[in-house]
Amino acid sequence: MRAKPGNWLGERLDLSAVRELISHKTVPVHSATRWYYFGGITLFLFAIQVITGILLMLYYRPTVNEAFESVRFIMTRVEYGWLIRSIHSWSANLLIFVAFVHMFSVVFTHAYRKPRELTWLTGIALLGLMLFFGFSGYLLPWNQISYFATKVGTDVAASTPLIGPAVGRFLRGGEDVGGATLTRFFDFHVIILPLTAMALVGIHILLVQQHGMSTPPWIAPSGVRQMRFFPNFFLRELMVWYCALAALGALAAIFPWELGEKADPFASAPRGIRPEWYFLAQFYTLKLIPSHVWIFEGEILGILGFGLLAASWAVLPFWGADSAGNARTRLVTGAGVVMVSYLAAFTVLGYLK
Amino acid sequence: MRAPIALLLFAPLGLLGQGTAKNSCLDCHGMLDGAAQRPALLAKTDVHTANGLGCADCHGGDRTSDDPGEAMNPAKGFIGKPARTAIPKLCAHCHGDPNFMRKFRPQQRVDQFELYQTSVHGKRLASGDDNVATCIDCHSVHDIRAVKDPQAPVYPLHLPETCAHCHADAKRMAKYGIPTNQFAEYQTSVHWNALKVRGDLSAPTCASCHGNHGAKPPQVESVAAVCGSCHVLFAQLYQKSVHEPIFSAASGGGGCIVCHSNHGIHQPSTAMLQGSKAVCAQCHDAGTPGANVAAQMAGWLDGLDAALKHSESVLASADKYGMEVSEAQVRLGDGRENLVKARLALHAFQPEQMKKPIDAGMAIANETLRAGQAALHEKDVRRMGLAVSVVFIGITILAIWALIRRIEASRPGASAPAPK
Repeated sequence: MRAKPGNWLGERLDLSAVRELISHKTVPVHSATRWYYFGGITLFLFAIQVITGILLMLYYRPTVNEAFESVRFIMTRVEYGWLIRSIHSWSANLLIFVAFVHMFSVVFTHAYRKPRELTWLTGIALLGLMLFFGFSGYLLPWNQISYFATKVGTDVAASTPLIGPAVGRFLRGGEDVGGATLTRFFDFHVIILPLTAMALVGIHILLVQQHGMSTPPWIAPSGVRQMRFFPNFFLRELMVWYCALAALGALAAIFPWELGEKADPFASAPRGIRPEWYFLAQFYTLKLIPSHVWIFEGEILGILGFGLLAASWAVLPFWGADSAGNARTRLVTGAGVVMVSYLAAFTVLGYLK
Repeated sequence: MRAPIALLLFAPLGLLGQGTAKNSCLDCHGMLDGAAQRPALLAKTDVHTANGLGCADCHGGDRTSDDPGEAMNPAKGFIGKPARTAIPKLCAHCHGDPNFMRKFRPQQRVDQFELYQTSVHGKRLASGDDNVATCIDCHSVHDIRAVKDPQAPVYPLHLPETCAHCHADAKRMAKYGIPTNQFAEYQTSVHWNALKVRGDLSAPTCASCHGNHGAKPPQVESVAAVCGSCHVLFAQLYQKSVHEPIFSAASGGGGCIVCHSNHGIHQPSTAMLQGSKAVCAQCHDAGTPGANVAAQMAGWLDGLDAALKHSESVLASADKYGMEVSEAQVRLGDGRENLVKARLALHAFQPEQMKKPIDAGMAIANETLRAGQAALHEKDVRRMGLAVSVVFIGITILAIWALIRRIEASRPGASAPAPK
């Protein structure tokens, strides 16, 4: 008789803790349970990014002379290269969108409150990493739009008071966007960010396991039904992942991610140049701020404002709940509504203008 | 007479270092009305004023005196309004002096007056006809701007209108017996379109073919050379062609204008080779070998043009669907280049010279067409693949749902265990 794989592994590894966790882990069932799926979708899309990213690295070459040509080679010559690249690009955008939905679901269900402050902080750090993933990956095809968008993006970073010039030089690897920028953006995108993100994802999931799923404050924990995580919730999550996979496939097949024209640093910037959609709200806000506000430069004031806003948002668990851990629901819900409205409205306006 | 000339020659040198030296002419004329005030108002935009020169540098007199009698004293070189016949020489006192001009525009030519004297304008003026153009008719007066100033009347964008100011005036041209429709014809030309519509400052204006200061209509024998100064390769082929000696010997015209006209040069097309408007038909009757060759060349050009356009539309369609066809689109540019080469080769009037670029262009048109069709086919394959994948994913989702139902049906308590 052959031993079952589980037994075979069990004889060699102590899996009792894992079995224990799987058999006892439950998910609360209530009106907001659907929002629990977004964390899982984010994780699934991140996994898609890792897999497609590794496949793209087989052919991508991060030099000024070869980057664009290698991406075109992937799109036109490599078997299913178009699919891999399109899924990677679409998945990146969906990932950021889903991460935002996940974050706001945490805000509106007040899942950030004690003892989940660290879970929130690691989540915010992960969102920041995802945005940096998007920013660094955008340049890699080395096309006209990405080149000038990176120029604008690094210019904005370089105009931060005090540290701006140093940050700008660090990002670009020099005074202007060029070969050095491409090399270090590639390093960020495939080494530094993935390693950091994986570590943070690990800590984030560990904290979720440790504290369990949060129940919104308006639902009494004692009366909440529970669903087994495995297999009941997991199978439902799997269905959602399949839906996400179908959506990705449809987007890649019907709207393949375009390649554009190779970057030409000596050409004038394309008309209507703007960053990716997830930076549009900030970009449009900066455009609206007058060049000078009292004695301050408008752009610097805007950047300082964004920095302050991001910092306040990151420490939300500390001002969004009292010392006993009870959520200040009205304050946080109001702030969440303002934030969602601002981001949605300014993203749309930034796109239309 | 010697005094004003001496003054004109030396006064500007003396004033060079003065910059904003007193100019009583502007002070007084600025306070007058109408025509007397106009020069003072215009002088504000004059390039000479900007370079420190004043009214007295052309008109003589004493610009430092506030007394009109003294300021406009003939004894101090005041010449009043110069006669039209004297204007070119007056301007040449400075503009023909390299030592003087070096202080302002070292790179500027100083032979304008010599050239002007060789022109029809200059010769007629010398014979006493003051109806012809002098310096101020083209460059304006009192508000003279640098040639590179976009508001200057001789700036390329404005030059055709400046010439037309006189040459389109039938009354003014009547006594010379020359046509006045040049400007109207020029406005229908490809050159006007390039200059005015596209804003291409390198597009030919009147002066590009006729010269500027040495303005003189190009003689019939020099038309090909004038056109060839820009259209070099066309002219080279034409010079060696069978038509060159025939056209040159023809009376009343020659060279490029036989087929392309002169001022009203329109976008060339194969309609010039065959059909009711064919210029070839002016000499080659239908059915003659010459007309047959022209029709054959027109067929080749039209065929290549149509093939390239078809490939372009197929590639554009594939591109619209998001297919990556940029390589084929770049390759299509090589095809268009061959079409241009074929149009160029036509000017040798030897069909075999055209055949090579036509064949090369057709090969590229077919190659890019196949690339476009392959991309469209690939698009269909992808969508079919997507449809199949979605069906399988849908089946999998349904299977998972069925599994969940089965699990929860067999273990009723599974969905609501007591919290640990």
